[in-house]
Amino acid sequence: MLARRIIPCLDVRDGRVVKGTQFREHEVVGDIIALARRYRDEGADELVFYDITASSDGRTVSTDWVARVARVLDIPFCVAGGIRSLDRARAILHAGADKISINSPALENPALIGELAAEFGSQCVVVGIDSRQEAGDWFVKQYTGDPDKTQSTRWRTVDWAREAQQLGAGEIVLNCMNQDGMRQGYDLTQLKLVRAVLHLPLVASGGAGSMAHFSDVFRLAGVDGALAASVFHKGTIKIPTLKQQLIADGIPIRP
Amino acid sequence: MLVIVDSGGANLASVRFALERLGVRGTLTADPAAIRSAERVILPGVGSAIAGMKRLRAKGLVGCVRGLTQPVLGICLGMQLLFEQSEEGSTPTLGLIPGQVVKLPESPGITVPHMGWNTISPARAVGLLDGIAPEARFYFVHSFAAPVNAFTVAACQHGAPFAAIAQRGNFSGVQFHPERSGPAGARLLQNFVEGRV
Repeated sequence: MLARRIIPCLDVRDGRVVKGTQFREHEVVGDIIALARRYRDEGADELVFYDITASSDGRTVSTDWVARVARVLDIPFCVAGGIRSLDRARAILHAGADKISINSPALENPALIGELAAEFGSQCVVVGIDSRQEAGDWFVKQYTGDPDKTQSTRWRTVDWAREAQQLGAGEIVLNCMNQDGMRQGYDLTQLKLVRAVLHLPLVASGGAGSMAHFSDVFRLAGVDGALAASVFHKGTIKIPTLKQQLIADGIPIRP
Repeated sequence: MLVIVDSGGANLASVRFALERLGVRGTLTADPAAIRSAERVILPGVGSAIAGMKRLRAKGLVGCVRGLTQPVLGICLGMQLLFEQSEEGSTPTLGLIPGQVVKLPESPGITVPHMGWNTISPARAVGLLDGIAPEARFYFVHSFAAPVNAFTVAACQHGAPFAAIAQRGNFSGVQFHPERSGPAGARLLQNFVEGRV
């Protein structure tokens, strides 16, 4: 049976791993390669690297560190940040990344999702969605890497997830912005709603604070993967202990 | 000498790096003479079967790969191309292993692409699986898969069963990514490199 995935997320700014709260106040937490090695050794199932400034600055991520990460990792990893073209995606995949994730560029140009899928296959095209609750519904936000540049979009989150799937995405990562960095648990209500409209893998992001939160999001929201940053970076939750607990809870997990 | 066929696909670097971690140099080449004279050949590949066959044809490698007599390991799309045909665009493929590659069926609770770590059920003992625990998990990421048939070495289950490892003569294929499957994947690559197929 396919295992649920534990995915540490490394926000990258200027070549260092950083972490903020609700997408603000970033502090440096460490070196990319050192953290990649650590999570590999602890049993992470996959890693995601977000160059959080790339989209809002109109910059793209360097492929130099992507190749360095690819050399040390024997688990899959995904790279996100300002990927706006097939050439850019190709450079990152050729540097050794397994998947690319697009967020703001997909909103700017939804056709990009299909173009990437046609060229590289759906399986390596991840669409990241930054979603915030407003007036009883959830809406997609854009350029969230910089709070001063963050914009609202016309998309309801559920509609955009469905649209991305139809356009050829291979996986959706749903970043629940209200929960981000709060460690009060994943947004189970929202994740369940999005899960219900997708046949693609869905990865939950934002809100992990305890081991029970991971168990809940797998059992109650039916997601394929759970992404978290600060609880792993700060060592609040150790991946081996978390995995033992999830296995005890009856969730299929790679030990 | 071990050669990685430069079929222009996207996971060439990760296969090369995985071999480097084992202390093995894989030469990336699209030169038919170099591929023919290699001791072992890896055929990687991600993306669609149509694009994969188009790249092999563009580089004049279809006949070359079909005629190889040394151990060949197809990875992911590279494995699928070893079969006769892919439902993905009704593409004729290399025809080295009988069977048609089809889309994985979606059903409630079964997401497609099949993405993540899954177990495999060996159908018979092969060198590629030497030293690998039966409960080991491998990393899969694909929407199409080869059927379970007489050439299946190990099956995997995701909604329906499909071939995780297939073998016919000198041609072996793995649907998962050994280069991204932790220590179990590294061991499988090492087995191939050291001639245990």
